Amino acid sequence: MDPKIDSSAPISTGTTIIGVTYNGGVVLGADSRTSTGVYVANRASDKITQLTDNVYVCRSGSAADSQVVSDYVRYFLHQHTIQLGQPATVKVAANLIRLLSYSNKKMLQTGMIVGGWDKYEGGKIYGVPLGGTIIEQPFAIGGSGSSYLYGFFDQAWKEGMTKEEAEQLVVKAVSLAIARDGASGGVVRTVTINSEGVTKNFYPGDQLPLWYEELEPQNSLLDIQTEAVPMSI
Amino acid sequence: MENSGGFSFDLCKRNGWLVEKGIVKPPSFTKTGTTIVGLVFQDGVILGADTRATAGSIVCDKNCEKIHYMAPNIYCCGAGTAADTEAVTDMVSSQLQLHRYHTGRESRVITALTLLKKHLFGYQGYVSAALVLGGVDCTGPHLHTIYPHGSTDTLPFATMGSGSLAAMSVFESKYKEGLTRDEGIKIVTEAICAGIFNDLGSGSNVDVCVLTKGHKEYLRNNLMPNPRTYVSAKGYSFSKKTEVLMTKVTPLKERVEVIEAGDAMEE
Repeated sequence: MDPKIDSSAPISTGTTIIGVTYNGGVVLGADSRTSTGVYVANRASDKITQLTDNVYVCRSGSAADSQVVSDYVRYFLHQHTIQLGQPATVKVAANLIRLLSYSNKKMLQTGMIVGGWDKYEGGKIYGVPLGGTIIEQPFAIGGSGSSYLYGFFDQAWKEGMTKEEAEQLVVKAVSLAIARDGASGGVVRTVTINSEGVTKNFYPGDQLPLWYEELEPQNSLLDIQTEAVPMSI
Repeated sequence: MENSGGFSFDLCKRNGWLVEKGIVKPPSFTKTGTTIVGLVFQDGVILGADTRATAGSIVCDKNCEKIHYMAPNIYCCGAGTAADTEAVTDMVSSQLQLHRYHTGRESRVITALTLLKKHLFGYQGYVSAALVLGGVDCTGPHLHTIYPHGSTDTLPFATMGSGSLAAMSVFESKYKEGLTRDEGIKIVTEAICAGIFNDLGSGSNVDVCVLTKGHKEYLRNNLMPNPRTYVSAKGYSFSKKTEVLMTKVTPLKERVEVIEAGDAMEE
């Protein structure tokens, strides 16, 4: 076996995750690559996880850690919703994630972006990075691919965008990060949350915009093989 | 020493030095260099595994079983340290059995998944079991992969172990939605063969397990691509030591009965 491929390495979501607020709600976005070292363990994973009807979270870092944190928070929010008799707010969800991330900071390698809509504060995005702090932001980016996006967001994010503008911004940003970041790839998934509910979207890799020096998608060798006429010698 | 109390890590430093100089070798576990796979087909799930167990570069079992029983409707392929995959699947399968006695209902795949991932996450990757979990329950067919650190994935087709790259190349080129049973078994067998022939850690035979609604089919040694080529014409004989004078089999009576019918939650 190739010594460079260490299958016992922790599974990490070398990732691009994004949360953006717009006029009336939020758009969350993520790529779909999960890797173990240099091997892609899952090329179509869903890193935007549901916490409640109106709150979702983008996960990055160790897959195991982020799954456990979001499982616990989903469970706590479910209890909280029953006790309160109404949907939990985005702030409560983000604060629960912060609580777990901070009190177990030595055990956890995970950064998250919480996004959702509630009747008190509307669409809100909270970043909960590695150490377990919490930051309310108009837009948040995370994961290994985010380093390619800071400048882009400083330039392209505008106050009071429409839903369509925000979603196109997210898809454009994730596809830019996929093009430059080796640990991000696959498809782009988005989740849009507003007063009307939740819309999930999926953009296959061959339908994303092409960037500098990128080539048009080709039919795979396998498709060409099956279509081609038998070769004669 | 400048240590201001507490623990002393002097021996860690010494051990590191000994390993670095090559004076001692660090201890290692028995791993099952393995190819295990699973896929979802038309009406259920098919699991597959090779049958080689290794200790370093020695093949210590040429025909071991890597598809473990979890529940009548759920099976689980294991890769990694042999002892860990065996122990973790046995433990969870007994928890599932007790849960079935308690609820009187068929086990669900998600229950097995949660029990396995909780155990593995708790041990922070030190229980080195990489699993492919498959089964059919009241909510349909399910296939999951579980990594030693406790992360899980839900997939239509999955591979694990040192032969996973070889096996995945077969799945990526041949898998499609709505395969029939026979097509599914063929692709699973082919994927395991890719591991057997192209990965040093995998070898010997192909085991397959087909799970459908209310039915399971364990095809032990479904394909034997590496048969023995020479068997001594004289055969083997053992000297007579202890004689069997009498054989009597007394079947044990079932003491606990699971009542399948009826809704246990309602009074």
